Amino acid sequence: MRKVYLDANATTPVHPEVTEAMIPFCRGIFGNASSVHSFGREARKNLEAARKKVAALINAASPDEIVFTSGGTESDNFAIKGVASALKEKGSHIITSSVEHLAVLNTCKYLEKMGCKVTYLGVDKYGVIDLEELKKSVTDKTILITIMAANNETGTIMPVEKIAQIAKDKGVTFHTDAVQMIGKMPFDVKKMGADLVSMSAHKINGPKGTGALYIKKGTRIDKFIHGGHHEKNRRAGTENVSGIVGFGKACEIMQKEGAEKYDKVKELRDELHRRIEKNIKQVMLNGHPENRLPNTLNISFKYLEGESILLSLDLEGIAASTGSACTSGSLEPSHVLKAMGVEPMFAQGSVRFSLGVFNTKEDIAYVAEKLPPIIERLRKMSPVYKPEENDR
Amino acid sequence: MEEYTEKVMEHFRNPRNVGEIKDPSGRGKVGNPVCGDIMELYIKVDDKGVITDVKFKTFGCGAAIATSSVLTEIVKGKTVEEAAKISNTDIVDALGGLPKVKIHCSLLGVEALQKAIADYRSKKDTG
Repeated sequence: MRKVYLDANATTPVHPEVTEAMIPFCRGIFGNASSVHSFGREARKNLEAARKKVAALINAASPDEIVFTSGGTESDNFAIKGVASALKEKGSHIITSSVEHLAVLNTCKYLEKMGCKVTYLGVDKYGVIDLEELKKSVTDKTILITIMAANNETGTIMPVEKIAQIAKDKGVTFHTDAVQMIGKMPFDVKKMGADLVSMSAHKINGPKGTGALYIKKGTRIDKFIHGGHHEKNRRAGTENVSGIVGFGKACEIMQKEGAEKYDKVKELRDELHRRIEKNIKQVMLNGHPENRLPNTLNISFKYLEGESILLSLDLEGIAASTGSACTSGSLEPSHVLKAMGVEPMFAQGSVRFSLGVFNTKEDIAYVAEKLPPIIERLRKMSPVYKPEENDR
Repeated sequence: MEEYTEKVMEHFRNPRNVGEIKDPSGRGKVGNPVCGDIMELYIKVDDKGVITDVKFKTFGCGAAIATSSVLTEIVKGKTVEEAAKISNTDIVDALGGLPKVKIHCSLLGVEALQKAIADYRSKKDTG
């Protein structure tokens, strides 16, 4: 059976060159990068070379601005808790959006329990915040604005540069979770203007368990993980050299080939969208039609529930994701779609197809062929399905 | 996604008794789109009180569809009194088990059946 993976926003396959680059560090080059002797120095040399590659992908002014972490979630925790701690004399008000990844939302909820005040900005029907509302929310006690660069469920892009300008004008630190955007689109920190940026390796064909927090020089932030003096005393813990080397290689590949590859991904994504709209009635796009990541297609199939669609796709070898309650582990559907005002009958039937650099035309043709009968079968079973007059 | 048993997958791939009954003896609808589960059960009862036909329609996940399907199999051929005693553990057992987070689907199935039986009884009472 053909296997088609369309869940790149969840994770991506490790690029073969990345695997090759990592292997020596699971074998001969095993030293602790902080050791003084030759074993340590060899590990250190490779670690610093990787840091340069990560810095280069986002055009950081210096590799010193890259602190390695265990991934996007840790970077988000580090950024938010680190700033809340460092600036607690100034205030304890944080502004974020209602569509953030749980790594940001639940960190904010935790800080609320610890006494911080958090403003969760609403979004429009596309999932974008209102810049005027952001401006009005800032007080003299605001110490952090944390708003994602692109949404993991819908792909909708936030106006990061404009948010950064507002933050700068008001003298507030700005963090952006750019885990989904980096690699898929050009991301220049100098242009973007953010003080703190979360990055993750496994979203760009790198290994899991590695990421980074970009910290612009001069940004006040406390440690989140205490211990030794690693990462210039910013993040303790023996460095995951093999993971970091893999991350560096993934960034290097993305910088060289990313733009061209993602042009192709966008074409495939748009083709899938076209075919779905042509062959299936009563579907709805979730997210901004233009200002969206080039690989993400979040589409709702009315009168159906997402997990049953995913299960059917899985039986045909196709991997995707959904925002339905049944897969969120709670009885609540996607908080992102809810914030966007998507009605429950559509929100429950949402499917996220997120393409990657290894997908092909044949993959898309296969999915476009398998999907209509799946939807038809499930709609026949649905007690709420109302065919439109010209419905097939 | 949690692991589904082979029986659950079999009922999901080939659900039994999908559809509606035009003049049902009893009809039960439960659930709502907000929590992502809606089940509609139709029963046909003969004058001896035996459920001769059952049909279902379900908006819901794999477990919800499998639950509805196996429920119709359990119910068909039973008397209304026997069917009223069916519990959610009967459904879970018939499926060889359900992931903990999906047990509520079996509760919904029993609720739909109880509603269909209540509907049948009230129709009978009013002649």
